[in-house]
Amino acid sequence: MIKGKFIDNLPKVYGIYTGGFLVFIILMAIAEQAGMSAKLIGICFVAFTVAIYAIIGYLSRTVQVDAYYVAGRQVPTVFNGMATAADWMSGASFVAMAGGIYFKGYGYMALLVGWTGGYVLVASLLAPYLRKFGCYTVPDFIGTRYGGNVARLSAVLVLTVASFTYVTAQINATGTIASVALDIPFGIAVYVGLASILLCSMLGGMRAVTWTQVAQYIVLIIAYLLPVFWISNKMGAGVFPHLMLADEVARIAELESQFGLGTVKNSAADLATVPKGLAGITKAHSEVNTTPWKFISLAVCMMAGTASLPHVMMRYFTTPSVKAARRSVGWSLFFIFLLYSSAPMLATLSKLSLMDPNLATGIIGKSIADVQALDWYQNWNQANLMFVSDFNGNGTLELNEFFMGGKAVVLATPEIAGLPYVISGLVAAGGMAAAMSTADGLVLAIANALSHDLYYKIIDPKAETAKRLIVARVLLVIIGFAGATIAALEIQGILGSVIWAFDFAMSGLFFPLVLGVWWKRANAQGAVAGMLLGLASGTAYLVWVRTGGAGFWGVTQLTFGIVGSLVSLVSMIVVSLITKAPDAATQKMVDEVRVPSGKTVLGKQH
Amino acid sequence: MSKQQQHWEKTRGLLFITLAIWFVFSIGIFFFGAEMESSSIRPFGYPLSYYMTCQGSLGIFVILIFWFAGRQEKIDEEFGFTEREDS
Repeated sequence: MIKGKFIDNLPKVYGIYTGGFLVFIILMAIAEQAGMSAKLIGICFVAFTVAIYAIIGYLSRTVQVDAYYVAGRQVPTVFNGMATAADWMSGASFVAMAGGIYFKGYGYMALLVGWTGGYVLVASLLAPYLRKFGCYTVPDFIGTRYGGNVARLSAVLVLTVASFTYVTAQINATGTIASVALDIPFGIAVYVGLASILLCSMLGGMRAVTWTQVAQYIVLIIAYLLPVFWISNKMGAGVFPHLMLADEVARIAELESQFGLGTVKNSAADLATVPKGLAGITKAHSEVNTTPWKFISLAVCMMAGTASLPHVMMRYFTTPSVKAARRSVGWSLFFIFLLYSSAPMLATLSKLSLMDPNLATGIIGKSIADVQALDWYQNWNQANLMFVSDFNGNGTLELNEFFMGGKAVVLATPEIAGLPYVISGLVAAGGMAAAMSTADGLVLAIANALSHDLYYKIIDPKAETAKRLIVARVLLVIIGFAGATIAALEIQGILGSVIWAFDFAMSGLFFPLVLGVWWKRANAQGAVAGMLLGLASGTAYLVWVRTGGAGFWGVTQLTFGIVGSLVSLVSMIVVSLITKAPDAATQKMVDEVRVPSGKTVLGKQH
Repeated sequence: MSKQQQHWEKTRGLLFITLAIWFVFSIGIFFFGAEMESSSIRPFGYPLSYYMTCQGSLGIFVILIFWFAGRQEKIDEEFGFTEREDS
């Protein structure tokens, strides 16, 4: 059926794949009509998609260093964009984002702006230059540009701290979804999730991760958009929700005041009966509800963090050229935009479904007993994601008496809106794809940095190719297990850890990376000072605020990267200026990096 | 000034323009959240503050990156620094 090289046939291969997946959804829908149980449908969706990723992972196995580290540098622009989008959009984006918007409104949407705006920095400041450099990993760039093992090691340290914080959250998310979909305890589900993640990356490294991520993007975007469009049409809200929900947004505001949002408050004793992790609607849907500084500081942290997170940056090392790297950033953001611009629409539709008494699905204003008798209410109540209680004893459900978990907005809305269960199964598969693809990218980023920069470049530079790749794979498994073990402890929520990871990355890596390209005078001493002092001061600030410190400038535990990166910038400039300028060879290397033509700075195999 | 210096001058100029546009839509306008909310400009009927956070700024970033990539390619071409296709 397919002749010639795989790379030349990509549109065809993934076209067939997408078609096959749609056929699978239709088959499942037919099976549902024929009486297949909801549980079995959920299992089929997750098992089928994970099996496909594992097959792709197996087919992409490799024994070549440059295929393992950078997918042979031949990933076409648009496909790299899709892979980056999957790499980028984690369980937090897929499962938690719409929920965050649902509960927190405008203030939360700083994350949307931050997680997209960062790509402008990636495209203009970093990606094309790092691609020209020809490195395998981010510390590879730092180590070669500044010279010396100390700089390389510091970069490995920052990378590991940031990525590891992030990866525990992702393994946690795969575990959550696997435990719900496959109906197994969370402690076991975490390791099932880990096994699927390793299946995708272990044999083929970056090459395998690239091609599974493209497949995962296709699943996750279908799983996100289909319900949004379906619910919008079913509700009669508009054929194309993104452009047509203005009336619904206005209607929510009207209902909010009708139901006494903000005027009727729950007593502390009442709130104590609500299960942990669930929240009621306390903020207006579309009102500006935060100060400019709070909004902007959070957005700035997410943007600078985007430009410093190694698992994203290393995706642009896989393109065939500098030009392709630049365009690829645009495609990445386009594919991300498709999901991000839909999240607020999903939040709007979900909220209106529940609130509007004119809709059949609306529950506010109905009798409590009726709501408690609803099938979907019982399901999600059992899963600890939904709760109602008659605080005022009038027998009717008020807006302040309904509580929901953040994840439920994405996971439960299809069911609430009366869509067939097959859609819920699809959403579970999408969430799994989102969390797996990000976890894969992160685990690989850490393992590659340790195997290439720590083991090969510092400990044993004479190691043979075969040995290098074995070390890389062993590290991959170890890091995966460490991540899963910590994920099973459930220290911090998914979204909290993700935001921390951005702040860590920004504290330690943003300025050393950017100045490495844009400031020739930056030297090794400055970079080391920037990385270590940045990371240390950011971490210290986080610990201080977490242990009851007051903080300053309105910087919170979610935006500690502002403190870290400022310290990093100042110390990097000061230390660079009081020590010797980089030698002529380094200066020439920076000149080389700044023009797209010619050979890469580092050789094809290094 | 050598060819390479001129190329870098222009590249830097493009960077500043790109970052200026980026600054306006990622940071600048959010100083005026309340003003945007009460503004009579309502894209597709949404309040302006809501629209910019949902789609407006995000869409502008996508267009900005493609525009930037196009301009940078022109600069590279002008100074003969374009990569050979096979490299």
